This record gives sequence, C-alpha cells and structure tokens, in this order.
Amino acid sequence: MHAPQRSAGAAIEIRKASKHYGIFTALKDIDLHIRPGEFMTLLGPSGSGKTTTLNLIAGFTDISSGTLDIGGKSVTGLPSHKRNIGVVFQHYALFPHMTVGKNVAYPLALRGIKGEDREKRAKRALDMVKMADFAHRYPNELSGGQQQRVALARALVFDPPLLLMDEPLGALDKKLREWLQLEIKRIHRELGTTFVYVTHDQEEALVLSDRIAVFNGGRIEQIGTGRELYDHPATLFVGRFIGESTVLRGAAELSGNDTVMTIGDQKVLAHGRLAGDARPVILLRPERVALKRPGADAVSGENRLSGTIVEAIYLGSASKYEVKLKDGTVAVVRSPLGATDFAIGDVADVAFTPADLILLPDDASADVTLT
Amino acid sequence: MRPRGPVWLAAPAVLVLLLVLAYPLAIVVWRSFTDPAVGFDNYVWFFQSAVNRTVLQRTFVVAAWVTLVSLICAYPYAYAMTIVGKNVRLVLILCVLVPFWLSGVVRTLAWVILLQDSGVINSILRGLGLSPVKLIRTLPGVIIGMTQVLLPFMILPIYSVMRGIDTRLLQAARSLGAKPWRAFLQIYVPLSLPGVYAGVIIVFILSLGFYITPALLGGPRSTMLSSLVQNQVLSLLNWGRGGAMGVVLLVATFVLLAIAAPLMRQKHSSTRREA
Repeated sequence: MHAPQRSAGAAIEIRKASKHYGIFTALKDIDLHIRPGEFMTLLGPSGSGKTTTLNLIAGFTDISSGTLDIGGKSVTGLPSHKRNIGVVFQHYALFPHMTVGKNVAYPLALRGIKGEDREKRAKRALDMVKMADFAHRYPNELSGGQQQRVALARALVFDPPLLLMDEPLGALDKKLREWLQLEIKRIHRELGTTFVYVTHDQEEALVLSDRIAVFNGGRIEQIGTGRELYDHPATLFVGRFIGESTVLRGAAELSGNDTVMTIGDQKVLAHGRLAGDARPVILLRPERVALKRPGADAVSGENRLSGTIVEAIYLGSASKYEVKLKDGTVAVVRSPLGATDFAIGDVADVAFTPADLILLPDDASADVTLT
Repeated sequence: MRPRGPVWLAAPAVLVLLLVLAYPLAIVVWRSFTDPAVGFDNYVWFFQSAVNRTVLQRTFVVAAWVTLVSLICAYPYAYAMTIVGKNVRLVLILCVLVPFWLSGVVRTLAWVILLQDSGVINSILRGLGLSPVKLIRTLPGVIIGMTQVLLPFMILPIYSVMRGIDTRLLQAARSLGAKPWRAFLQIYVPLSLPGVYAGVIIVFILSLGFYITPALLGGPRSTMLSSLVQNQVLSLLNWGRGGAMGVVLLVATFVLLAIAAPLMRQKHSSTRREA
C-alpha cells in the first residue's frame, strides 16, 4: 500500500451560480453536477469562467448568487481553510522556506497530526508521486515538474475528498506534461477522490477526464464525455474547441426534413434541420472526410466539394491535407496511410456523407473567442 | 560557473572606496595607537573611565531600543504598503520619503519643539488634564527622535522584500487548512525575514554612530558615544582618544554582527539557489 488511503470522493452540486466583479460578470447562471470520484475537467479559453468556478469551489471567492454544495452540504460562506479541499496551482505555490518534506507535512501539522504518524503519511504521499528521495531538498532546487509533483503530494496528503487543479501542467514542456497527465490519471484511479481540473488544452482534457464541461464567456456550453463533445457538439464553439474541424458556411434552404447548403456553386445535403430560425453551419471532422480524385470513387448520396490542395503534411500514422475550396474555405482532411497520395497544387474532391457532417447553429462569437 | 566580466572594471570603484573609506579608517586606527604616544594608552584610558564604559553600554542599549521600536512601527507599515491600492501606496511611500529627504537636523529640531516641556505633546497632555512628561533631554526622547529619523531605513528594506512575496502562497496555505493568522505567521513572516534582517542591521549600525539627534534631544544623562568622540576630537583636539573610541565601537559592532550573522544565514538557506 503506497498511496494514501482511498477516500470517498465528494459530490459537487452547483446551481444557478453567478459571480460578478463590479460590473463584470465572470459567471452567468451555471449549473454543474460533479459525481463522487469523478474526474471532471473545466475546459475553455482564458476568461471563460473556468478558473472562477474553481475558485468558488475552493472558497477563494464567494458566489454572488446561486448555491454550491460539496458532499451534500452547502459551503456558502465557509472559508477555504475549513473546506478540506486539496488545491494544486499552476504556479506550484510550494513554500520556499520549507523543505519538500516540511511542505508535504504542513497540512498534517495544521490538523494536529504529530511525530511518526505525520512522517509516515508525508512519506507515503511523496512515494505516490515518486519524490520521496527529495524530502530534504528546498523547492527552488527542483525542476518545475518535480515541484508540481510535490505540490500534488501536499494537496493529497490529508486525504481530501476533493482535489482541485488549476492548469497544473501549464508551465511545463510537452513531454513532461504528457507523462504527468498519465501520473495524475493513475493517482485518480488509485485514490477515488473527486478531481476537478481546469485547463485550456482540449487534448489534455480528452486524455484525463471522465467528463468535460466546456466554458465560454462565463457560461457552460456543454457537459459530456470527450466522445460526446467530439461527435455531438451542442454548439459551434464546442465543436471548434474540441478537436480539429472545418466550418462550412453558405446559403441554406430546407428541403423537407433536410437542409441543403450552397457552398460556392456546389450543394451539400445535411440530414435534419435546426430548430428555430438559427443560421445553420456545417462542421466537418478531418478524419470523417475523404480526399478523392475529381469525379472518381463516387459513393451514392455523398457530398463532394472540389478544391485545390494547398498543404500536404506527412504525419507518420496519417497524412494531413489542407484543401482550398471554391468559396475560399480551407478544409482540413486527415487521410489514413494507404489512401491516395496528393501533392500541393493537385485538384481534389472533399467527399463526405450526410452522416459524417455535423449541422449546428451559427455563432459568430465562436470565431472571435478562438482566435 | 557564473559568467564573469573583466575584474579590472571594478578598479575605479575599489579606488574610490580605498580613498574615502579605507584610508581615513586606517588613519583613525593608526592614531588611536600612536597619538600622543605609541601603545595602548588610549584604550587603557577608555576602559578605565567609568563614564566611557557607561556611555558605550548606553549607546548599544539605545541602538537596540531604536531598532526594536522601528521594527514594531515599520513591519505593519510596510505590510500595509503591500496590500493597499496604488494611490494609497503612493501616499504611504511619500510619508516615508519626504521626511527622509528633509535634513536630519531639521527633523530633530522639529522634535525639540514637539518634545520640550512646554511643547506640543505636553500641551496636549495638560489640555487633557494629565500631568506633563519629561521628554526632552531624556533617553525616551532620544529614542523617539532617533526612531523617527531612522524609520525609513527599516521600512524600505522590509517593504522591498514583502513586495516580492507571492501572496498566492497564503491562499495555498489556507487551502491546506491554515487559518489566516496562522498562514501569515508561518508563511508570510518567515519569507519577510530577509528584509527584517537588513532593516535591523542598517538601523542598529546607524543608531550606534548617531550624533545630531542624541546631541540635540538628549541631555547629560543620555550622552551617546558619538558625542564623546566629538568632544575629544573637536574640543580637546585629542585625536588618539577619539580614534580609540571609534575603533572600540567598530570592533563591538563587528562582534555583534558576527554573532547575528550565522543565525540569519541559517534562516536564509531556503532562498539559496543551487545551480
């Protein structure tokens, strides 16, 4: 038994929560339910409200309106030091005047745990993040990744039912980040603690999370598993934020229960129609479209848009193409190995069936927020 | 290995230091052993005189008091400077700096007006129906005046260290379960200590050699060593004895610093960076 004891994770229930700073509204009426033991990621661009939500849960700020329950109890007005929540910060926040061992033992000392018991539990937490050999070092003698592992041990050493992480890997390089992601996932599995993780990195969110809440402009756009968000985005913002995509815009008309969109001088058929009178757009995933020689390999019912290859990138496991369509849109296509090779300048058709496309209401703010 | 520029670039600075610091100091030390006769006569005289011994002791006691009172005033003041808004901070900084820019003599004379028997403080006390307090030409009067003059030297180093403390560490401490005051005492205060040490050393050493303020605010019973030096050198033209006093003060200061330094260094070890 290396890790601290398995703890029952706490549930979080946020209802109609808003947060205002003066006239600025950081959060507008968010509802978020996090299950015990779940790994929930709050994903969104900077200023979208994800960190504000984390600060509300941690007790660093108070909600302006709405309710917040942790473990079935309202925590409104409860200061952060009484909430018994582990927090890991992007800036590590290790105490520079204490050794690694002292840092990790600090929360235990605050809880009146003394002597051998304290030593043992601190060591166990450091073992869990593989930092036990560094107990006598000072934080500034460690690398960023090592510091963050110590911070993680410190946030977990008192067996909190809930761990909050605010972009913990944001300051680290890619290789280290990927390795620590797996470490965090392993620790989550071993402990059963509820993890709430803030990031703006959608790949990181997909790697780590049971579910993801996508934030935009102080609201939650969608909550779901990575697969749900990727395959069935509820909004254009979510569709564009998670994974790569191509957005097709054009004049749309209804044809029975289908939608037909004109792009350049070609028509695209999409099954279904949008509720209300929102302007529809079409979202394409790079691996759900195929690149074909003009007119060749026709499949009945498929949509084809002709264009010119403007970029061809060999990725090892696949090839990625950028195709400039007639209306100027650049479509991204990912072809598996073994598919026909194309070179820059080639004329090609982007082909996809109505089942491969996603029909969404247009939202100009999705473009603004993402660029 | 740290990159190093050519050593000779430091030559002008070293030359100036030798000329204006080391050379006069060497003369003082030399004279204390040779003027009027070669030997330890000046030192023997200094330690045989009960008055001298008392004044030496008093000088250190006053310096210690001034340091303590400055620290008590400066620490909360410097802390306030770090947490207030921009405009208030500017006012607080000006409150420290404007008196600092005024000559010490002017400020001391202002204290004479405030502290004297018929001065502002005693008028207020009388107005409140309280009995007046003897402040001028007393040790407390000297300590008050010196503290006010030296306060910037305590506030500024403490403030500059406090400004660099990451207050998010306090937030982290609270998230780990620390009550606000505990987080302050266990995280903030230790991190501010380098500034405290710097301020304490500066104020203490400046106090030891303070002349104008104790001379104007003090009386015969609050004479400090610098007044005795002035008396020997300027009134009695006895450079040897004056020099010996200076050397005694210097050595005593070094001894105190040598005792304090290891204590301070130990607490600093955390901020040491290993390459």
